Amino acid sequence: MTDRREWPLYEVFVRGKRGLNHVHVGSLHAADSTMALRNARDVYTRRNEGVSIWVVPAAAITASSPDEKDPLFGPSADKVYRHPTFYPIPDDVPHM
Amino acid sequence: MAFDGLLEGNSDQWAFGTDFDDPLAGLDVALPAALDPLEHARFCLGLADDALILSQRLAEWCSRAPDLEDDVALANLALDLLGQARLLLGRAALVDPAVVPVLPAGSPVPAEDALAFFRDAAAFRNVQLVELPNGDFAHVIVRLLMFSVARLELFQQLLSSADPVLAAVAARGVKELAYQRDWAGRWFVTLARGTSESRRRVLAALAGLWVHQAELAEAYGLSGGAVLERVFLAGGVAQPDSVVRVGGRGRDGMHTEALSLLLAEMQVVARAHPMGRW
Repeated sequence: MTDRREWPLYEVFVRGKRGLNHVHVGSLHAADSTMALRNARDVYTRRNEGVSIWVVPAAAITASSPDEKDPLFGPSADKVYRHPTFYPIPDDVPHM
Repeated sequence: MAFDGLLEGNSDQWAFGTDFDDPLAGLDVALPAALDPLEHARFCLGLADDALILSQRLAEWCSRAPDLEDDVALANLALDLLGQARLLLGRAALVDPAVVPVLPAGSPVPAEDALAFFRDAAAFRNVQLVELPNGDFAHVIVRLLMFSVARLELFQQLLSSADPVLAAVAARGVKELAYQRDWAGRWFVTLARGTSESRRRVLAALAGLWVHQAELAEAYGLSGGAVLERVFLAGGVAQPDSVVRVGGRGRDGMHTEALSLLLAEMQVVARAHPMGRW
């Protein structure tokens, strides 16, 4: 019998030429992180998208649970005063 | 210039991945007087055919690789080589128009396509290594390793070629071949140090392909095998005995029957429509 266990899953983040931060672009399988980097290059940057790649084992990511959505994010839904939109902006401030 | 057909001169339509470079932008394409046009065209044709035929073999892997990631990787390598083939076929045609097959008057087929699709096997100048039928995954790894080691070494020398076009092609190719060599070398070591089955397969592929190393080394003017030695050492694989070339050379148009079969499939549509526009 051939062992068909799958390789671990990696999440891929790519920084584009004009981007300042790495953006999640997808995931892939690889035997180790070096191979994950090579695979990410082949799968996610073949159309000249990136100048830098991060790969992270998917298992290393701690994610918030959908069940906690209300206690985590609900309280901020009605606090419009937390946006700094109640101040007059001086005319000589170009971007806010 | 090389990508005008793809981008139609406007890359704004692409959501990402713009700013493609044209490797031949702003180059003087005239051949320096020091170079003999016939000899130089022949040299370019050999390098072009190696890339074209191996590209076709790699393309046959499409949808057949062990994993999606390796499938895309092999397709990328195939396209890298196809790009090299296009530029080099175009260069050969420009330097010595006599190498281009004659098509019906008024045919819109460009010279690079005429060379790729309208020559018979005996007119191809590729080394025999690249035309051999595909085997298993170990086979494609060993073939890519042997090929990329030889080609990268030559392309590094061609960076200072007297022909500015060839030097520009080499400048682009060196980056592609460095990745190709890295990819094949890593896989070679992984397979050689993997399971007993993966090791058996990689040794079998090496034993089968090594007889073509002599022809490859001669065609590419290899000085030594230092890089291959390091890869073999890392994989715990004994350096195969050096072999003497037997039989004809692909650079003289001597090929195995595998090339005719490959060309039949690759050329059939183009040949059915010599007046076709693609």
